[in-house]
Amino acid sequence: MKESVHDYSVVRGFAYSALFWLIIGLVVGLWLAAEMFYPRLNLTPWLSFGRLRVVHTNGLAFGFALAGIFSCTYYMLQRLTRTPIAFPRLARFHLYLFNAAIALAALSLFAGMNTSKEYAELEWPLDVVVVIMWVVFAVNVFATLARRREKQMYISLWYIIAMTVTVAVLYIINNLSVPVNLFKSYPIYAGVNDANVQWWYGHNAVGFVFTVPILAMFYYYLPKTVNLPIYSHRLSIISFWSLVFAYLWTGAHHLMLTPVPEWIQTVAIAFSIFLIAPSWGSVVNGYYTMRGNWDLMRTNYLTKFFVVGITFYGLQTIQGPTQGLRTLTAFFHYTDYIVGHVHMGTMGWVTMIISASLYYMVQEMNRTEVYSVRLANLHFYLILAGQLLYTVTMWIAGIQQGAMWKATNPDGSLTYSFIETVASLYPYWKIRFVGGLVYFLGIVVFVYNFVMTGRGSKKSSLDPGMRTA
Amino acid sequence: MGIYSKPALFALLSVVLILAGTFVTTILPIYMPSTQPVSRYIKPYTAVELEGRDIYIREGCNNCHTQTVRPLRTEVARYGEYSKPEEFAYDRPHLWGSRRTGPDLARVGGKYPDAWHYQHLSDPASVSPVSNMPAYGWLAGRRLDTGYTFRKVSVLGYGYSRQEVTEQIDSYRVRVTAPDYPARDVRSRVTPPEFRNYLTEMDALVAYLQKLGRDVKELEQGRQVALQENESGKSEVQ
Repeated sequence: MKESVHDYSVVRGFAYSALFWLIIGLVVGLWLAAEMFYPRLNLTPWLSFGRLRVVHTNGLAFGFALAGIFSCTYYMLQRLTRTPIAFPRLARFHLYLFNAAIALAALSLFAGMNTSKEYAELEWPLDVVVVIMWVVFAVNVFATLARRREKQMYISLWYIIAMTVTVAVLYIINNLSVPVNLFKSYPIYAGVNDANVQWWYGHNAVGFVFTVPILAMFYYYLPKTVNLPIYSHRLSIISFWSLVFAYLWTGAHHLMLTPVPEWIQTVAIAFSIFLIAPSWGSVVNGYYTMRGNWDLMRTNYLTKFFVVGITFYGLQTIQGPTQGLRTLTAFFHYTDYIVGHVHMGTMGWVTMIISASLYYMVQEMNRTEVYSVRLANLHFYLILAGQLLYTVTMWIAGIQQGAMWKATNPDGSLTYSFIETVASLYPYWKIRFVGGLVYFLGIVVFVYNFVMTGRGSKKSSLDPGMRTA
Repeated sequence: MGIYSKPALFALLSVVLILAGTFVTTILPIYMPSTQPVSRYIKPYTAVELEGRDIYIREGCNNCHTQTVRPLRTEVARYGEYSKPEEFAYDRPHLWGSRRTGPDLARVGGKYPDAWHYQHLSDPASVSPVSNMPAYGWLAGRRLDTGYTFRKVSVLGYGYSRQEVTEQIDSYRVRVTAPDYPARDVRSRVTPPEFRNYLTEMDALVAYLQKLGRDVKELEQGRQVALQENESGKSEVQ
């Protein structure tokens, strides 16, 4: 795979962008976690929880995760097609436009310009910018694929294609709205339909940003790291197509027991349970790839990121469908249990895989070893411990609040007022903050280790000795 | 395998597959009137209530408060009648939320007097000492911007004329600034003197909160009446 010229400048640019937005997003997250038990931290309108929470979710989902995804995609595309990026200058434009869009997004959300639709809060002018940015990205993806020198597309490319087309469909359909002025618009959908479209989007944004491209990374960087082929090509084919087909039917499991028509809820439950199969197809494929080589967990520091990451993906994809069942959603929905669920996926799966992929790439691109394996191990254990403390605490808090909401006296009256259930959560919120802090320290170690590794080599951004143009 | 060496075809097949679930679960229901039924008992927001709703959106209240009561015994006991699809016909966007850090607000209209809301929004801890809600006293120090109100109700198709919008805004201002406004004392206390004679953002937010769930009683009564008429053989459905 060394005969072509790979342009890594945009891979690096997105990698450092990801780290930047990761730090910002986590600082905001810590602030929010503290506001939960110390509301005086709502110092100004733009620091108030309602505005800040949106900065946290958008900053990490789109600032961090998407930047990580773009970085890895530009890398995998070039390696798997054995072709340089089709339009390198367009890719650079993509990098600048992306960072400008995220910065403007953060500022506008701080200012209270938000549509209220979760993970689609940006107002319409920024939606237009996001769509342009996505088209720019898609042009490069498909143009590079068209010029590829490797006939067969590897598994990771399937996932990249699925993400590229699906995110476009999701984003455009959910954000259709009528502008009032430059800073305000109303969606074209009303009430129940708006909710239904929104959670079709919300669920699949998770699916095609936090799952599909992360699986692309998993299928590429795990075999590269352990130097073993993926266990079953056939299993990956089945997993891919059934995942892509089934994901889109499940949005309404976010809307159980609401006025959304019951049949849509029931369809969502059925497909959610079905989704366990393709999800675990990838988990099993990953585990079996390690068959007979489990000592790599001990001897190769990167391996455990991938294996523990896919394990959390496995847990996530069982917990998700079960908490969407009617009886369980009645108990868990609207509590911190769901917050715990989301953070296992983002802190345990998404960040594990993205950070391991970035470690792998920076070493390959710079032809160097990681700055410190010990720091990488410290990073791993800190984010693992922080995430577990965070998620387990939130599950317990959610179970407690759910139980208190449902508790009744012998005469049928409610045992607890709402504020009593809030008061009971303060200890959990403090422990959650500590979990988040431990996690944040792990990320600081990661950023330091990555930056030092990146600095270790002063070579050109093109593969050494292969500059032809 | 052919398709794994044909990116365009691969992308096309992916799109077809994702559109299947999309079409059945989201597009099709939009064209089924039963998904979002309309009832004459559910009234659109007034101009002031709509402005209050937009402040609710701007401040991200939906990040901590839901607006759907589920048909569960303890939930109905805590909040009131469970939510019906008709109630959301004028909600663009919906504000159902996903987390109850604070209580559900779908039935909060009329539950407390205006004075309670002014006090609570300005200083939640003064009402519930353990509350972790941010204080929104600063909303009383901002005049309500009504420059786009008519355009907003036009986009939403509420059917008010420019004249009606102006009247709604003026009459609400007269109401909250009148000497006999029941919440006059607390409103004056939380509102800076220079804003007391104008509509503030807090006034609009209170108006919106007081609207929430107000129409569901009539909706339920209307249903009861229709049911009885059906039973007595006079099935006149309007």
